[in-house]
Amino acid sequence: MPGKTYDAVIVGAGVIGTAVGYYLTKRGIRDVLILDKGYVSCGATGRCGAGVRQQWGLEMNCRLAKMSVDMFAGLSDELGEDIEFEQSGYLVLAYDDDTVELYRKNLKLQNSLGIPARLVTPAEAREIVPVLNIEGLVAATHCQTDGHANPFKTNFAYAHAAVREGCELHTFETVTAIETDVKGVRAVATDKGRYETRTVVNCAGGHAAEVGKLAGLKLDCFPERHQILVTEPYERLFDPMVISFVHHLYCQQVVHGAFIMGLGMPEAPGFNDDSGWEFIEAMARAVTSLLPILAGVRVIRQWAGLYTKTPDAQPILGEHPDLPGFYNAVGFSGHGFMIAPATASLTAEAIACGCTPELIAPLDAKRFERGDLVLEPNVV
Amino acid sequence: MTEDDSTIICRCEDITLGEIKQAVARGYATVDEIKHYLRAGMGPCQGRTCGHLVAQVVARETGRPVAEVWPMRARPPYHLVPFSTILAETGGTVAFPKVGD
Ligand SMILES: Cc1cc2nc3c(=O)[nH]c(=O)nc-3n(C[C@H](O)[C@H](O)[C@H](O)COP(=O)(O)OP(=O)(O)OC[C@H]3O[C@@H](n4cnc5c(N)ncnc54)[C@H](O)[C@@H]3O)c2cc1C
Ligand code: FES
Repeated sequence: MPGKTYDAVIVGAGVIGTAVGYYLTKRGIRDVLILDKGYVSCGATGRCGAGVRQQWGLEMNCRLAKMSVDMFAGLSDELGEDIEFEQSGYLVLAYDDDTVELYRKNLKLQNSLGIPARLVTPAEAREIVPVLNIEGLVAATHCQTDGHANPFKTNFAYAHAAVREGCELHTFETVTAIETDVKGVRAVATDKGRYETRTVVNCAGGHAAEVGKLAGLKLDCFPERHQILVTEPYERLFDPMVISFVHHLYCQQVVHGAFIMGLGMPEAPGFNDDSGWEFIEAMARAVTSLLPILAGVRVIRQWAGLYTKTPDAQPILGEHPDLPGFYNAVGFSGHGFMIAPATASLTAEAIACGCTPELIAPLDAKRFERGDLVLEPNVV
Repeated sequence: MTEDDSTIICRCEDITLGEIKQAVARGYATVDEIKHYLRAGMGPCQGRTCGHLVAQVVARETGRPVAEVWPMRARPPYHLVPFSTILAETGGTVAFPKVGD
């Protein structure tokens, strides 16, 4: 409703924006408006692999991921819609001794935080994924409680629950200006109206830096294309997500039998989200060397979406130090789906209590300026 | 004549007319949204069979012209293609990428 004053206005109705809306209502903040220039799941969320992994190298990431997995496990019941969360595991491949050493260290950390990951031999890896080519493989790590969810269903379930609990959701409405005064954020203007509020949450995915700019802020994040494809459904061949940081590849057989697979390739920053032949070619080579049986499987569709990258591949969270009332939940650098429940609920907590939860304190917007980068070895 | 809501509109994903009408009633007013919400159009035929049907239902239910509700983007490879064909096409052998590639 134009003219109304909102407790908070959220820019973006991807998994992050809708989840922040939902968790705000759980904290009693219900006059919340969620705006999207497209529709629910039109951004990175509706294009992502939706893999959920807890095997990280930094304590903060392990804790955010574990907290999210615990939340994902109860989310279908909590939101009242099936998000198809399956804990079918992640198998992370290692091709040299240094990597195995690093993974041993990571495992110690993960285990100390209650993440049940373990080191497996190539032979054991083949028991978990019988069609895996183990040539050159030195070891792997496996965590059964990792998994995946349906990104559309998760995004729609959060959106429906947020609206049910009191949020307003406007789709096909673009935020065009953010007004400020001496106290901080004052109002949000769109192509359709103007809304007074003292709190804005930037959940604009690939467009996050532009939205920051609307408020006069320079955010250190930029969009980068990432490509992915899906095959026709097949009989079940293996359960876990198979991931190799050497091949920059991940591949998973999802609930209805299709294989979803992505490949990290060198990209220039930008909004290009076309899909290219070079990707499908590189993928054909990479995936059939790792999983030769897939040579005969037919590709249904390839597409691309935007990662929102930051200099340390970690998100920017919390209130912006230079603008009271301007919160960011952006820059997820290709792993924003798996930590959406935790980061969105901590963002709601920050807004509700006017404080910074300890877990996300290192992720403030100005860490790059200070040189306090949060470096994580395990990113695709 | 009353129409039968159990009529299948998207055969690949098994989506009925009734489900599409319900989704529109819920506020999903474009073919893209119906695709994301119900998977209609995401099956092996990539909406070649159902796309125009979904568009007609959405247009009728929302009282808007088809062109307004159907700016769906076609996604390659346009026909089902096995990885082996892609490899043969590019003359590529199934080489194991070297560590560090
Ligand atoms: C190919 C691919 C594979 C991926 N695989 C995984 C994976 O396996 N696991 C994982 O955890 N993560 C994965 N990711 C990353 C994950 O998709 C994202 O981190 C996550 O979806 C981010 O959600 P979001 O809500 O922040 O952004 P988005 O879903 O992009 O939502 C942002 C929304 O903001 C809206 N918006 C932008 N500007 C404006 C404006 N001015 N006014 C109004 N609205 C605006 C957009 O329309 C959009 O809907 C993948 C990403 C890609 C592209
Ligand atoms: S009939 Fe709908 S995708 Fe094939």
